[in-house]
Amino acid sequence: MSADAFEQRSLSAGIVGAAVKQVTRKVPQGEPPPWPANAELQVVGKDVPRMDALDKVTGRARYTFDVQLPGMLYARTLNSTLPHARIKSIDTSRAEKHPGVRAVHVLDRLLMAAELRDPGDEAREPYPIVRFTGQPIAAVAATSARAAEAALALIRVEYEPMPHVTEFEAAIDPGSPPVFPGPTEQQATAGGGGAAKGLPQKGNLRGPSKGGSRGEIERGFKEADVVVEGEYRTQVQTHTPLEPHGVVADWRDEELTIYASTQHVMSVRDEAAEIFKLPKEKIRAISDYTGGGFGAKYGIGNYGTLAIHLSRKARAPVRLVLDRREEHVSVGNRPSTLQRLKIGAKRDGSLTAIELHSFGTGGVAAGAGVGMCHHSMYPCPNVSIEHYDVFTNAGPCAAFRGPGQTQGIFAFEQAIDAVAARLGIDPVAMRDKIDTRDADDVRARAAERRIGAEKIGWSRRRAPGSDAGPIKRGIGMAQSMWPYIVNSYTTCEIRIAGDGTVEAFCGTQDIGTGTRTVFAQVVAEELGLRAEDVRVHVGDSRFPPGPPSGGSRVTSSLTPAARNAAHAAARDIASRVAPLLKAPPDELIFKNGRIERRGDSKTSLGFAEALRRAGIETLVHRADRRDDYEGYARKAGELNISPHAIGGVQFAEVCVDTQTGAVKVERVVAVHDCGRPINPKLVESQILGGVTQGVSYALYEDRRLDAATGVQLNANIDQYKIVGSRETPQIEVHLIELLGGQSSTDARGVAEPANVATAAAIANAFFNATGKRIYTLPMTPANVLAALRAE
Amino acid sequence: MRSFEWVDAQSIDEAATLLAATTANAPVIAKAGGMDVLDLMKEGIVQPTRVVNLKAIRSLGDVKLDNSGMQLGALATLAQIERHAGIRSHYRALAEAAAHAATPQVRNAATIGGNLLQRPRCWYFRNEHFHRVADPDHSEHQHHAIFENQQTVMVHASTLATPLLAYDASVHLTLGKGSSRSVELKDFLLPPSMKRDRDTIIADGEILTHISVPPIHPATRCAYHKQTERDSYDWPICDVAVVLQMNGDTVASAKIVLGWVAPVPRRAVDAEEILISRPLDDRSASEAAAAAVHGATPLAKNAYKVPVLETVIKRTILAAR
Repeated sequence: MSADAFEQRSLSAGIVGAAVKQVTRKVPQGEPPPWPANAELQVVGKDVPRMDALDKVTGRARYTFDVQLPGMLYARTLNSTLPHARIKSIDTSRAEKHPGVRAVHVLDRLLMAAELRDPGDEAREPYPIVRFTGQPIAAVAATSARAAEAALALIRVEYEPMPHVTEFEAAIDPGSPPVFPGPTEQQATAGGGGAAKGLPQKGNLRGPSKGGSRGEIERGFKEADVVVEGEYRTQVQTHTPLEPHGVVADWRDEELTIYASTQHVMSVRDEAAEIFKLPKEKIRAISDYTGGGFGAKYGIGNYGTLAIHLSRKARAPVRLVLDRREEHVSVGNRPSTLQRLKIGAKRDGSLTAIELHSFGTGGVAAGAGVGMCHHSMYPCPNVSIEHYDVFTNAGPCAAFRGPGQTQGIFAFEQAIDAVAARLGIDPVAMRDKIDTRDADDVRARAAERRIGAEKIGWSRRRAPGSDAGPIKRGIGMAQSMWPYIVNSYTTCEIRIAGDGTVEAFCGTQDIGTGTRTVFAQVVAEELGLRAEDVRVHVGDSRFPPGPPSGGSRVTSSLTPAARNAAHAAARDIASRVAPLLKAPPDELIFKNGRIERRGDSKTSLGFAEALRRAGIETLVHRADRRDDYEGYARKAGELNISPHAIGGVQFAEVCVDTQTGAVKVERVVAVHDCGRPINPKLVESQILGGVTQGVSYALYEDRRLDAATGVQLNANIDQYKIVGSRETPQIEVHLIELLGGQSSTDARGVAEPANVATAAAIANAFFNATGKRIYTLPMTPANVLAALRAE
Repeated sequence: MRSFEWVDAQSIDEAATLLAATTANAPVIAKAGGMDVLDLMKEGIVQPTRVVNLKAIRSLGDVKLDNSGMQLGALATLAQIERHAGIRSHYRALAEAAAHAATPQVRNAATIGGNLLQRPRCWYFRNEHFHRVADPDHSEHQHHAIFENQQTVMVHASTLATPLLAYDASVHLTLGKGSSRSVELKDFLLPPSMKRDRDTIIADGEILTHISVPPIHPATRCAYHKQTERDSYDWPICDVAVVLQMNGDTVASAKIVLGWVAPVPRRAVDAEEILISRPLDDRSASEAAAAAVHGATPLAKNAYKVPVLETVIKRTILAAR
């Protein structure tokens, strides 16, 4: 990297239209000049239509589900019918002889689940121990899905059943059957997750982890004028992407190609390389389109491992796409939580103590934390955190849109609301008082509270439980916080052909968020073109490294590298075209498809014409994502966490039928920041999705297991209830443009912050409507009526 | 799903003959709209070797409404019932039930015959796993019965049965070749069971041809309400049909039927009696609703259904005003 030398630059920072000031930053030499505010740009900051919209609505877009290769086989998985068992033997001989069957493979290692620190006796087991109903055991590849399905029924598995536990309450009992015979560890995946290493484990309780604790908690409560306590419960939510997890694996002597429905093609390549002991160069992972990913689509997983083995054995491409039941059960979920939260505050609202005793249940996986909000959102001198992961015989958890934080904020922002209510302080004023760290997200939320309060009509908010009849309405708000993450292992390449064709490459992927479009806009801005003039290529591990589509980090990581590469290409072109225009290269600007002399539009050439006349054949420029100008608070491998977070404030208006327990979310006002919005329309779309998913989490979604068998009873999209069109509230999105002076685009993400605050905002509106707290999600009639009956 | 043979029956007689050939090893099943049949086949709960499609039998789709009452052909779709002007004005509770069933797409295909014959929506029943093991204990019974739940906690799924029972409907069955019998709907439905292949008294080879409903008295008022968690599309917590014959401002006779709270839709006889000779007001409706839920035997996880049901009964009575 040529960024060893730095220069001091004066940059704009703050909220455009409100409070922009000049800050001095140490910027690597060669960084492009800072962009002005969006209003002064040509393509960036504009509502450019999603580039793949037409392909998607016409069905031309090829998802993994649609991939068809010559000679392709269809694979189906055999899953455990018991929640906990030793497998004594597996006989696949009859399945192998079934007509159409080309290969059978038995899994010898289970991914996603926690692993024993000391495998002990289990190391000698012939097969992985079954720890949840639905755990994949083997798979069959056949010439048709029907033949594969029929062959599964011919595999004989001899189980030795072991006692099991599926319910959180039962699992924490010291006498309950242990899911693991000893202490465990959980590796992080490319999607994050994992659990702190070396924690104690007793029975099914792993922990405590105490990260974020500080000060003296008892003293904090002594200094408090009020203390508010609550016990909050959240349920297991499954990701339920429209396109289930799946791959088409094509094993050849020279190369393994994996088409995957994934949030990170590089992780597909890397995990396959590790498991099959192949050099990374021999593996190509492709994902043209991914039909939804919320944190669980990383790596190759057990299904991918099976598909690759089957392809190797059958010498043919193998398609293994999970069915809806498998998708619900075996590839990840948002863990359930129990959070005992106690907060002490002074009369003026300032916080003196925060005590959290929490549990998270991620089935057979650890890493079921409750986020960082309790200890890092608002200043408080005394914080005590004790978190335990609880193992149950249930499918593994995985990262899920604001992992931990969505559960945490549900409890924490309700508790803050409860403190405000006790003190007689308005909830918005309460946040004005306590949300005071020196960071961008804090300044963003201050502005967002003002905007949101005005848009929702906060001034008409009444005292809790004001409606006389059984139907009660109320308004509430909650705040979001999510780290601003940058993926340093990010490189963009721009290729410009002599005919004016511009192509942009990055090994990231577009999982439906509009990454292609944003990428094109940034490149087009530098070259004075329209976004549609740029051909974007993503979703291929052959391309330069790109960020995973998780952690709200694609736009923040990708766009500065894209801009820098495009900027370098533009300066290269300028130097070659300058003699033709008889102007110094520095004075050439790229605008409206032309290259012209600044302030002299007559001295200009069309983009393609200029390239032709300059005799350019092909120009290739690459740039890496450089570090943020102010650096990072933390680094972990390629993942960098800024000292500044992403904010967001949401206001909800609800209607509660106190006799039937029906809750209707009528309106949500979502005010968000994402640094510089590259494409406000796409940002709005992300926020609409986040709020909708948040309403769904708050009101409906709830994985239910049968305790006797470990079977998920609602592993479909009929009885696993997801918000429908009539329950989707009127959602209004308002964006602020926040310049941070941190990178050449100053863009940040928004996917997770859009989801984090919704359930808490609805819960606080519920309190305002009814005068009662709803401590338990989802807000079903059963839980609502119980909450209304409580003292 | 296993492979199967598909036959388009051209007449009732042909269909009856085909269906009569069913055996335990080679099951033959009838298909009308196919909504429930497809679900059951995909799950492996029903594995027919032959599917007899009834949709080609035109005469089974007629709706007749005159002074002598109403005849609903078994193939009449829920959308047809929902939109039928005569049903909307005379049998409003039925039209409302049809309008609130499933989704518009499903209502366009689903038939009234299939709706009555559908299997329970219980998530134990709907999972093939529990058909392979011993009786499930139904410990997750939040959507299950709060009355008469000693033998089974499953509830009958048909929401159109709720108003049809309130209208005293009968079901007409044939084995073809001119044979026929009619059964009152209340005797037609059976408590759901995982051990039988049907939850009605329909016999092997028998075809449900139509449903008849007696004429409606001019001074009748009726209402229907289905209470759900979601608005868009959902199975009920409970549904309630109220059919009242008025004598001036007071109730002369009443039919109140409660769906999804007992193995088969349940007449709230005590509630009906309370309303007789009284005006329809908040007090009479409250008393009737309280009487209707009196004696409920909720399970550990479905006690919430009792107050919900009570509220819905009261509101539905008042909506019939």
